Amino acid sequence: MLETAAYIFVFPILSAALVLSFIRLVLGPTLPDRIIALETIAVISVGMIVVFAIATGEGVLIDLASVWAVVSFVSIIAFAYYIERWRGKP
Amino acid sequence: MAGETVILEVFIFVLMILGALFMLVAALGILRMPDVFTRMSCNAKSVTIGLGFLLFAFMLHFRELGVGSRALATIAFIALTIPVASHRIGRSAYLSGVSLWEGTIRDELGEALKGTREGPHKEDAGDEKR
Repeated sequence: MLETAAYIFVFPILSAALVLSFIRLVLGPTLPDRIIALETIAVISVGMIVVFAIATGEGVLIDLASVWAVVSFVSIIAFAYYIERWRGKP
Repeated sequence: MAGETVILEVFIFVLMILGALFMLVAALGILRMPDVFTRMSCNAKSVTIGLGFLLFAFMLHFRELGVGSRALATIAFIALTIPVASHRIGRSAYLSGVSLWEGTIRDELGEALKGTREGPHKEDAGDEKR
């Protein structure tokens, strides 16, 4: 029951959120807009991994979710560092 | 026992829907807000709350020590790192001279950095139309 409910209700909402943030990633007028959109996409994909783990009953996928969260945080910090060092055209 | 299981599944489902809706609100916010800083502000909070709801539903669904403790550690990590990352992005965006929204009524970082060596490098960003 929970598996069907997740596939019918939760995954379409998360996919709509992914599409909306991808539109901002394409449109974004400056570089920090695109980085914020990338951060949102990374967190939404972590949420999709968690919902997929609930739907399939594979509890091991939480390791993948936590590692993906760590990697996205480090990449965001690196992006911010290089924007701040760049000092020019954002 | 079956009734308790059904109640727990309904509760997990409600938590999952709430988390997904918070993530949809975050995506809608970064699509509709007018500025880098307002986008970042509405993004960080709702994404943190949404992922917290999803991971709490995960903990309630599995109810094992090894898996649930990892989910709890992931919640703590997310709640610690997403505000830090958003603050870094906002500060570097301000210092690299991204223009504010025209309806902004207060710019405290600009007042604090006035006269110092740092500050928004508006003179470098002469070509605003990119």
